[in-house]
Amino acid sequence: MIDIEGLYKSFGKVHVLKGIDLHVDDREVVAIIGPSGSGKSTLLRCMNYLEQPTKGTVSVDGIKLDSTANINKVRTEIGMVFQRFNLFPHMTVQKNIMLAPMKVRGMDKVEAAETAEKLLHCVGLADKAEAYPQQLSGGQQQRVAIARALAMHPKVMLFDEPTSALDPEMVGEVLDVMRSLADSGMTMVIVTHEMGFAREVSDRVLFVDDGRIIEQGKPADVFEHPQEERTRAFLSKVL
Amino acid sequence: MDFNFDLVVNSFPLLLLGAGVTIKITAISVMLGVIIGMFMGISRICNVKIIRIIAAVYVDFIRGTPLLIQIFLVYFALPIISGQRIDPYIAAISACGINSGAYVAEIFRAGIQAIDVGQMEAGRSLGMSWAQTMRYIIIPQAFKQVIPPLGNEFIALLKDSSLVSVIGFEELTRRGQLIIAQTYGSLEIWTSVAIIYLAMTLTISRFVAYLERRFRTDDRH
Repeated sequence: MIDIEGLYKSFGKVHVLKGIDLHVDDREVVAIIGPSGSGKSTLLRCMNYLEQPTKGTVSVDGIKLDSTANINKVRTEIGMVFQRFNLFPHMTVQKNIMLAPMKVRGMDKVEAAETAEKLLHCVGLADKAEAYPQQLSGGQQQRVAIARALAMHPKVMLFDEPTSALDPEMVGEVLDVMRSLADSGMTMVIVTHEMGFAREVSDRVLFVDDGRIIEQGKPADVFEHPQEERTRAFLSKVL
Repeated sequence: MDFNFDLVVNSFPLLLLGAGVTIKITAISVMLGVIIGMFMGISRICNVKIIRIIAAVYVDFIRGTPLLIQIFLVYFALPIISGQRIDPYIAAISACGINSGAYVAEIFRAGIQAIDVGQMEAGRSLGMSWAQTMRYIIIPQAFKQVIPPLGNEFIALLKDSSLVSVIGFEELTRRGQLIIAQTYGSLEIWTSVAIIYLAMTLTISRFVAYLERRFRTDDRH
């Protein structure tokens, strides 16, 4: 589903990604962990071309992401959930979800409204359709953001630290939604600091540090028997 | 001191006619200014360099030269190039509209840049184009931000429109001049003119304050 080869990304003189090779299978759930500033968010953002690679290639569903690609079309297949939700504050929850399907997919209003209703039901917010984002708690906003991304029927979902901006008591409700999404067979790449969640839900864990994938494997292996010194040092701090 | 109230009363209808013209050219100029300013403001942050440069030159030129000179350029200088006389009404509206556009462009640029970059990223990540995201997500939010400065611009332009009296266009100030030429009532007429301008600007600023409040309570934003 996602193929990354020899990916380098620099911001000016700062080299953030230093040669990443990664393949994500259809229906696979990959968790990316690592210290702040290690490049894990940048890696994720390269997967939907929010960041352009300095060198190397990123392909999603067989389409190479570069300046010649129809990037808007590719992005319809890639849902993204942000740390800070990024809901549209001037629209109701329902309109937030309906906008892209109508404007991009050309879906009619009735169908878009039905989709929104269904998705809000799935994330447990059926009664909040007419609310504005600011009236919701952080956890509720993030669940709306997930519903909004799902409304495009993406083939992949990218999560950029989806629970980092939440109060602790709201983390669970968002993780529950993500867990059921993973169970439904969605291909997911998740940048997260929730080690318990990464371990329980993901098929594979990547440990990223200093712009490189240091270690990867089944969650049990990476968490129980880390092979690399840097992984051990990181895990001993966060676990 | 002799203040002739009869003169005020007698000339008031004529002055009000002039005030009507002032409101009309200001309103049309501001509309023109908002259209020009919206495009120029977006151009200022567009990622095509040449468009950005054109917008910057326009904004710098207009803001760096007096409106009076811009009116002269449109009314007296342009006909020499084009070989065609220009109607004072068209000249007044073009000069004021083009002038206002530069200030509105800066208002819009600031309003757009005040919107969190995450909004653009969210729109783009859903597959919407840059233009779609601007239209449906960024500009509607920026509009709320720009209402107060846009109101100030409207007030500034209403006052500045008095400058078009120099090309003989009969708005409020010009009407005042013409009445004084016949009656010599400088004190009465200029006082009346000032009060009419004040009444108009106060009305606009109240209306803008009302809009600002309404938008705030509507969306809690």
